[in-house]
Amino acid sequence: MSTFDVKKIRKDFPILNQKVHGQPLVYFDNGATTQKPKVVIDTICELYSEHNSNVHRGVHYLSEELTKMYEMAREKIKDYLNAQHSHEIIFTAGTTASINSLAYSFGEEYIKKDDEIIVSEMEHHSNIVPWQIIADRKGAKLRIIPMNDKGELLIDEYKKLINSKTKIVAIVHTSNSLGTINPVKEMVAMAHKKNIPVLIDGTQAIQHGKIDVQDIDCDFYAFSGHKIYGPNGIGVLYGKEDWLKKLPPYQGGGDMIDRVTFEKTTYADLPFKFEAGTPNYIGAIGLGVALDYLNSIGLENIQEYEKKLLDYATTKLTAIDGLKLYGTADNKICIFSFLLDNIHAYDVGMSLDRMGVAVRIGHHCTHPLWDHYKIDGSVRASLVFYNTIEEIDILCESVKKIQKMFGV
Amino acid sequence: MTIKEIQAEIINEVKGFDNWMDKNSYLIKLGKEAPSISPEHKTEKNIIRGCQVTTWFYSELKDGKVFYEIDSMSMMIKGIISLLIRILSGQKPEDIKTADLYFIDKIDLSEDFSPLRANSLFKLVNQMKSEAAFYEAEMKKGK
Repeated sequence: MSTFDVKKIRKDFPILNQKVHGQPLVYFDNGATTQKPKVVIDTICELYSEHNSNVHRGVHYLSEELTKMYEMAREKIKDYLNAQHSHEIIFTAGTTASINSLAYSFGEEYIKKDDEIIVSEMEHHSNIVPWQIIADRKGAKLRIIPMNDKGELLIDEYKKLINSKTKIVAIVHTSNSLGTINPVKEMVAMAHKKNIPVLIDGTQAIQHGKIDVQDIDCDFYAFSGHKIYGPNGIGVLYGKEDWLKKLPPYQGGGDMIDRVTFEKTTYADLPFKFEAGTPNYIGAIGLGVALDYLNSIGLENIQEYEKKLLDYATTKLTAIDGLKLYGTADNKICIFSFLLDNIHAYDVGMSLDRMGVAVRIGHHCTHPLWDHYKIDGSVRASLVFYNTIEEIDILCESVKKIQKMFGV
Repeated sequence: MTIKEIQAEIINEVKGFDNWMDKNSYLIKLGKEAPSISPEHKTEKNIIRGCQVTTWFYSELKDGKVFYEIDSMSMMIKGIISLLIRILSGQKPEDIKTADLYFIDKIDLSEDFSPLRANSLFKLVNQMKSEAAFYEAEMKKGK
């Protein structure tokens, strides 16, 4: 921890040093998107200024140079995830694109009428709807792992859901609404006992600590670049080599082919089979730089510091009369979903904004999760390693002011 | 009172507030005091689509004047709604349709509640005006 200096780190994120509505910005909407360190912003500018050229196309200097940088970014992501091969890293537009493409490819090949797909009650809509679409198309159905009121999946119930009709399990690593960290390694092992593959939606897990896909042993892992301090519009679908070789491509087009004739097309090798068209190479390289940045700070340092924020914020928020916290799992990240007395989340969010505190309000794309609690949604404060104890104090003081303003 | 006169009255009431919190407290107070929409009109059909907060809207024409019942789960929005109702409810359709609601800018509602501008406030004003235009057309047909 001695190497972790949050004041110094905050200087790396230019956007944090500003006032909104005359108040210092407290950015607690990191679950929606994270801010970018200067090194990522500068890289994007530099790439367009000095290196831009299409990848895998040209014989000229710029194209070759950028292709190398693009493929180096793939290597960095492979290392970050501890994947076995870099061709197991497929660049996509984000988690949603990753899951949709997998649901399509996998579903077309392996899902039939009356088959079952297991998801959980706490999934983001992007890990429900793509599976629902394929289930509807094939006459299959979704089975749902329930959770308890703390926001923890009921593993015994999950075990009961796995049967011979189960074709795939698609579960979230860390809940975007509640912060729960699910026991994915254990859940993968359970599915693998029946040879069922598992996709993990790592959107809210990837930025909070080390992810080792070989240790988890998941078959697929999806995440978005913008949630891990990288650019928007870039994401990753990791897939085990065996699976990616077997699956058909989701999209056809340039760069993903070996040979095209009007009679038949043969596809390129991995990973290009799944990367039709000009890829977002600027985004991919920017993502690689974001991962370098995180590694330079140290994932263990980040984890240790965020745990401090988690403990402090939990103590402070739960001490506020009338504040109800949703998501109290034993193992969770710095996400705090709450409601305040009988004040609508919208009123709380709007008032916090005026006090400089950026939070998200609403259902956070998890309708079924809020149905569990029989509410419409929450106010969500999501913190990361550039947030501070002082900012948590500002949130708590602002919440108390709002209560006063609303006469509670 | 005319639409203009009521707006002048509201601007006068609000001009004393020199900070956002006082103005917000005033709107919350208005929201809390405002009547709820009657149960028979608090229906799925009457929910304004596309608003971040569930908001119900009902209007009717009585004796050549338009009367509104609008409700919201947000007290801040309901406070603003109560101002709009105070200005427009009970006015003639043609006056509502052409009303210049300058009080919104005068009391900095669109600045203080910028997300509302896109999501609720203007949508709501547009709906109030388009209902008035509908009643005006109906009245003309009736003639």
